[in-house]
Amino acid sequence: MTATIVPAASASAFAALQPVPQQCRLCSVIAEPQPLAICEHCLGPLDPILDPRRRLPSRAEIAARPQSIWRYKEWLPFSGTPVHSLDTGFTPLVDAPRLAAKLGVARCWVKNDAVSHPTLSFKDRVVATAINAAHAFGLETVGCASTGNLANAVAAHAARAGLDAWIFIPADLEPAKVLGTAVYNPKLVRVNGTYDDVNRLCQQLADRYGWGLVNINLRGYYGEGSKTMAHEIVEQLGWRLPTAVVAPMAGGSLVNKLKKGFGEFIAAELVTGPLPRLYGTQAEGCAPIVRLVESGDDRITPVIPNTIARSLAIGNPADGRFAADAIRGTGGWVAGVSDAALLDGIRVLAQDTGIFAETAGGVTVAGALALAAEGRLRPDDEVVLCITGNGLKTVEAAADGLRQAPVVAPKLREVAALVDGGY
Amino acid sequence: MPVTLELPVVLAKLAGGTRRIAAEGTTVGDVVADVAARYPDLAPRLRDSAGAPYPFVTFYLNDEDIRFVGGFGAAVADGDELVIVPAIAGG
Repeated sequence: MTATIVPAASASAFAALQPVPQQCRLCSVIAEPQPLAICEHCLGPLDPILDPRRRLPSRAEIAARPQSIWRYKEWLPFSGTPVHSLDTGFTPLVDAPRLAAKLGVARCWVKNDAVSHPTLSFKDRVVATAINAAHAFGLETVGCASTGNLANAVAAHAARAGLDAWIFIPADLEPAKVLGTAVYNPKLVRVNGTYDDVNRLCQQLADRYGWGLVNINLRGYYGEGSKTMAHEIVEQLGWRLPTAVVAPMAGGSLVNKLKKGFGEFIAAELVTGPLPRLYGTQAEGCAPIVRLVESGDDRITPVIPNTIARSLAIGNPADGRFAADAIRGTGGWVAGVSDAALLDGIRVLAQDTGIFAETAGGVTVAGALALAAEGRLRPDDEVVLCITGNGLKTVEAAADGLRQAPVVAPKLREVAALVDGGY
Repeated sequence: MPVTLELPVVLAKLAGGTRRIAAEGTTVGDVVADVAARYPDLAPRLRDSAGAPYPFVTFYLNDEDIRFVGGFGAAVADGDELVIVPAIAGG
């Protein structure tokens, strides 16, 4: 197979959107732009190819653009002008000095995708790119296999774009994630099984129906959206690199794409310095990537998930080996945390930073605290914690252990009794 | 009745366009060996050089990931269905 690379820089400001070709990460075979995520030669993952001759923007040019993922369009897998989901991205990077003190590091920030637009998780980033790929390929139906956040995002972005959506989730997901999908009126199907069962089913469905399943056959274009989290961190730090980044792992793609995103900005000379050390966190009840890194193996041993961190409950992570490579290659490490620890992590984050994260965020915070306790974070570190989803989606998990609010009559004396009683 | 092996579209090209193959054997490994012998172009995408499952596919025996039921050593019975899907998906 051969391909002609379409130079992004030659496209006019309003040129038709065109996905770029892709190349196999393993055998380097090139594939023409199409809804295909795996190499037809070796079945390795396909990655979009960005034209090395394209003109790259300066810091000032980027800073003058609208605050969305598209301000980094030269690193997203298209030429031409995106048409959907133009306002996703550029979530806050929140200074967290009390968390820094707990971690024993110089600085700590929270990259807060819990307020991502429009569905309150980092999946808005990947779906924003996938929906544009679906549009460019002329697909009328999109979909996904999801642990919840992706379901929300695909349903919302598809509804807005006027595309049909078929969305498949484990039947027992958190109610808020089911409702937060159903409200957009997709064809939502709850499957009796784990996420890994759902994922296998969706691969069979993609073959049968030819839908654009964002994390199946559009996966190459989808995954590139995650890089913008790294791009934003660099810009929001004043065009600097953190020394360490802690991120949750489900399929393992985010860690890998963070490395790629930081690397792209270093290569573009928008920032200088070494890649941040990447640390990946999982719940102990579903920690195949943690085990892979700890063991030094190169093959994932799948597990059957058993954790309240449902958004990370992928027992057979597709990008596990690549995430492990990214972590090892940057000098980072991994942490597995108990469900009790992740609940503590949710409360620590809320009470130290004002950010209410879902269970995955609790895994990130608890993992960072565990890494600090092991001495893996350094006193001079500048650390970013990636919070990928909103706590209002997993309220059942967070409710346990919180102080119960007393109920009183609207009478001054009853409140005074609480105050005087040491409430 | 033999075991049925179902290929994803991306691998069917290596089997002359066939997606469902009837195969014989008493274990998953036997069934895969039978198919590999009859479709040599497909063989390297079923097993690696050490004879283990090719790392970029996942085998499901009656919808169960074979890694949870004994891998290539898992026993099969007449009428069982072995489905192969690419490993790079989801997340």
